[in-house]
Amino acid sequence: MKYIDEFRRKEPVQALLRSITDCSAGYSAEAPMTFMEVCGTHTMTIARSGIRAMLPPSVRLISGPGCPVCVTPNAFIDHAVELARRSDSIITTFGDMMRVPGSRSSLSMERASGSDIRVVTSALDALDLAKKNSGRPVVFLGVGFETTAPTIAASLYMARQEHISNFFVLSAHKTMPPPMDMLSRGSIAIHGYLCPGHVSAVIGADAYRFLPEKYGIACVVAGFEPLDILQSIAMLAKQVRENRPGVEIAYTRAVTRQGNYAARAMMEKVFDPCDSEWRGLGVIPGSGLALSPTYAAFDAGARFSVTVPPPQEHKGCRCGDVLQATIIPSQCGLFGTVCTPASPAGPCMVSTEGTCAAYYKYLRHREAGPLPV
Amino acid sequence: MCLAVPMQLEEITGDRGIVTIGGAKREIGLNLLPDARKGDFVLVHAGFAIQKIDEKEARETIELFREMERLA
Repeated sequence: MKYIDEFRRKEPVQALLRSITDCSAGYSAEAPMTFMEVCGTHTMTIARSGIRAMLPPSVRLISGPGCPVCVTPNAFIDHAVELARRSDSIITTFGDMMRVPGSRSSLSMERASGSDIRVVTSALDALDLAKKNSGRPVVFLGVGFETTAPTIAASLYMARQEHISNFFVLSAHKTMPPPMDMLSRGSIAIHGYLCPGHVSAVIGADAYRFLPEKYGIACVVAGFEPLDILQSIAMLAKQVRENRPGVEIAYTRAVTRQGNYAARAMMEKVFDPCDSEWRGLGVIPGSGLALSPTYAAFDAGARFSVTVPPPQEHKGCRCGDVLQATIIPSQCGLFGTVCTPASPAGPCMVSTEGTCAAYYKYLRHREAGPLPV
Repeated sequence: MCLAVPMQLEEITGDRGIVTIGGAKREIGLNLLPDARKGDFVLVHAGFAIQKIDEKEARETIELFREMERLA
């Protein structure tokens, strides 16, 4: 496959590892050079390709809040469940959301009880469904970062152009720079970020400039194949080694400094920034995307009044700590026993991109590297 | 969730396009990439092209890896 296989070759790996080892000289397993990835797809590539085990002990990779499903709080799932219980509505969602346990139920449990809930791979499919079912409200559950938000924005734009009045979105969309800002001020010493490649394809690499400027943290926008990740780690290590933190792009074939202007413009047309709750991180100012006044008629939250009981957390679930990287999944008491992919207690085990799911699938039979301090 | 796959754009009709990868075809929205052209490799995410693959940059990265191999 073009532009995939070329970045999975094994031959350049040794040279990249040598560069990483050289640049991290002086760091140790006790005080490693620490890089955080904030993208669930990166989390999966790193786990699947065994990159953690290849790296020298002087370099540690930790996973941040990069999985949109995982950072979506129970209150949103509870809201979606209540909307699904309305007899006339059709709920549409990306597949990852189906099995995420809310406070008392999940979408898949509601579907089993008779609610009309359908998995789609694009908001366009939800829009088409609305056109075919003009007598019934079709609600799309808007979850995702800046990669996904423009696609939902484009669907809303089309719905407005075509006067489709039964298509609605319940938005839990979030943006990445605010939590990165917050984590940079947190208790974990982060030397560099592997910046999310496809979020950056939209927002552009310049969106991270505040990180080196304010906090002296290195940033490299990384692609998604194993060589992309290793190259990005090598570039981060070099920035730290030479004490010149900045924003570099390793994923140059898809990411520019400015990003995709049309996608950003579409997002800005349809959404306004709002405060948003992140699982584990709390409410982060300006980190969410709410429908702008022009699109208020499409807001499922405003259109349908449902009573959502106060959220409850699963006892013992430590997804919040995993998302902040204060623990790794195996340090959660439920990991691999009460909580497994077949019977997940928390979202990080449900989502195919969740940190717990990645550890369970690829790393549970071995020590997953040094523990975070 | 932010998975996006490079696919080649085969046809354009208004703001919709047909992309292919490994023989599989699907229809996507081009609203977010209005300057996409037939033959371009585009990143497809959630039913939309979100960015064009820059072939020159891709070749340069591949060449960089080959260079590292030679030096290793």
